[in-house]
Amino acid sequence: MNWTRKDLVGLHELSADEINFVLQTADAFKEVGTREIKKVPALRGKTLVNLFIEPSTRTRISFELAALRLSADVVNVTAAASSLTKGETLLDTARNIEALHADILVLRHNSAGAAHFLAPRLRTSIVNAGDGAHEHPTQGLLDLYTIREKKGRIDGLHVAIIGDIRFSRVARSNIFALTKLGARVTLVGPSTLVPREFEQLGVTVSHTIDDVLPSVDVVNLLRIQHERQRKEYFPGLGEYIRLFGLTKRRAELLKPDCLIMHPGPINRGVEIDSAVADGPQSVILDQVTNGLAVRMAVLYLCGGVPR
Amino acid sequence: MTTRIRNGRIIDPANDRDEIGDLLIVDGKIADGIAREADEEIDASGLIVAPGLIDIHVHLREPGFGWKETIESGARAAAAGGFTTIVCMPNTSPVADSPSTIAWIKQRAAQVASVNVLPSGAISRNIAGEELAPIAALAQSGAVAVTDDGKCIQNHELMRRAVEYARMVGIPVLDHCQDYHLVGDGVVNEGRWSTSLGLPGWPCAGEEMIVMRNILLAELCDHDIHCQHVSCAGSVRLMREARARGVKITGEVCPHHIALTDDAVRNFDTNAKMNPPLRSQQDRDALIEGIADGTLTILASDHAPHATFEKEVEFDRAPFGIVGLETELGLFLDLLVHKPRAIDLPRVIEMFTVEPAKLLKLNSGALSAGAPADVTLIDPDLEWTVQPERFHSASRNTPFSGWQLKGRAVRTIVSGRTVWQLER
Repeated sequence: MNWTRKDLVGLHELSADEINFVLQTADAFKEVGTREIKKVPALRGKTLVNLFIEPSTRTRISFELAALRLSADVVNVTAAASSLTKGETLLDTARNIEALHADILVLRHNSAGAAHFLAPRLRTSIVNAGDGAHEHPTQGLLDLYTIREKKGRIDGLHVAIIGDIRFSRVARSNIFALTKLGARVTLVGPSTLVPREFEQLGVTVSHTIDDVLPSVDVVNLLRIQHERQRKEYFPGLGEYIRLFGLTKRRAELLKPDCLIMHPGPINRGVEIDSAVADGPQSVILDQVTNGLAVRMAVLYLCGGVPR
Repeated sequence: MTTRIRNGRIIDPANDRDEIGDLLIVDGKIADGIAREADEEIDASGLIVAPGLIDIHVHLREPGFGWKETIESGARAAAAGGFTTIVCMPNTSPVADSPSTIAWIKQRAAQVASVNVLPSGAISRNIAGEELAPIAALAQSGAVAVTDDGKCIQNHELMRRAVEYARMVGIPVLDHCQDYHLVGDGVVNEGRWSTSLGLPGWPCAGEEMIVMRNILLAELCDHDIHCQHVSCAGSVRLMREARARGVKITGEVCPHHIALTDDAVRNFDTNAKMNPPLRSQQDRDALIEGIADGTLTILASDHAPHATFEKEVEFDRAPFGIVGLETELGLFLDLLVHKPRAIDLPRVIEMFTVEPAKLLKLNSGALSAGAPADVTLIDPDLEWTVQPERFHSASRNTPFSGWQLKGRAVRTIVSGRTVWQLER
């Protein structure tokens, strides 16, 4: 197929074919990462700006390394160092970056829809690195890539996403992409963090983890995000662990070949026992490695679309 | 000066009149009889001749926010929408919580406004919901109602005292119904789209809770409480039951709440962001049903102008609201009369004239002899396209750009003088 999007703002708007095309493109870049010389000239002479309005370490580093390995020039801007603190609007900041002939703007922002807002207003490619509680498309893609790599397929698999779904952009990107590619998705967590409205997105909602674990092929655990939450959503971490933590004992309910995934950062002893996170079923670090290949693919595809 | 409006369909619900005929205006007042020679002849063949329309929910933004709208530009927009009288909201800067601000608005309107501008005053000082504004002084200086619109008094005891006090003064209390705890930082209707888009949800229970509160207080205080921009099915159900028992509770509907549903926010369009938010299809249907059965009696725009640069931001940071004066009549005619036939044309006019005049105790909304000649001529079948660039309002924030509508005002007459007519 022919990739025609200058932006990647979300997985909601991608077709199954487009998602598969990104994953296939990532295969080639994954191989590059194993070479002695890890750099290819695909984006030589292009400029990428990482505009991170919300703090992030792993995603920013992953995008930066992905761009460097494609031979692009990279500039990092954080909220504290940008004119946004002086009252400049996001659109004006982005237009200034565009006026400096930046080819790709990678945006992390705490407002849902921030990337959707910028994309049609700029010629520069916009790659969404997380917008509020809405989407984190490259995380969704790297999760799919990892599942496909380990299981050989996505279609027909049963995936449980466990934890704070309400506030999770990772969950939404996974839901949109997994259901498009034929996986069955069950969301698990407390009723306050996994509201029933999610069933309208074509998934199943459960509040009983022990019922779900035996039948799934993948569990994707989400971090309980203290910084986004008000105390009324659940009584405390102790109760969360009691009801939903993937303890060693609960992990025994899983099929032996069930994958354990986590987008990081992990709260060891909260959503997942330390031993389980480090156990044989865990593919958490494979996700990180694959993230680099997937982001190289996304930057290569979006950066290569003529404008 | 004598004007004769000839051969129009005169719809004057207050006087139970619906017939083809002539309307005579002498020296700015409606006159009896048809025989005299007129200085000015207006051919109204094929048009509706209605009492001047009243919009009881308009933000004119002055004093304080003149880049969004001014009393002058807002009044021109009203005239172009067929309105001869508008009630402006007190959430200006300064807030209209003192007689001097009310007096300033009236004076400014007398100088620059082409239509009648009636100010409303705040219920609480600085619309902060903590202590009463001087409601009697506001009424004496010309406020026709009190409201904290945009905000909502959360302290039920304070609201109770405000309603009791307003009863003594003889003006109604208008309320923006929003429970702060239930709504939190909600920006779109809680449902499928808030879930999918990851935007904080604004549940209907947040409106219904306060509608219920208002019903209880209207009953307790035996006084009029008017629920502004009703958006939820549950609110309609609660009000229907209360009105059947004779409780003095009324409600208004805005065109956007029946023209659109919350799927209009799917692309994060900030022109689909208003408070209360666009709701579900089921809520929309319940509003139309409430209009049809007389539960909801008033139509209003919640005209809320904002500059383009203010709306060109991230969705959760954009201000709530859209302009409405110039699309309101067309949308209501299209959505209530032409398409679903929920109500007939005379009822639409009644909801824009008699009903608001009754709530606010205004001496307008009728074509009675001796009344100020505020008249709106309407072509109910004229097909037109919404073109924001041609709005008279200072702002363009509308989700209806490009909509094809059927029916609109073609001429607006205030005290016998034509203040606007459609260019053909």
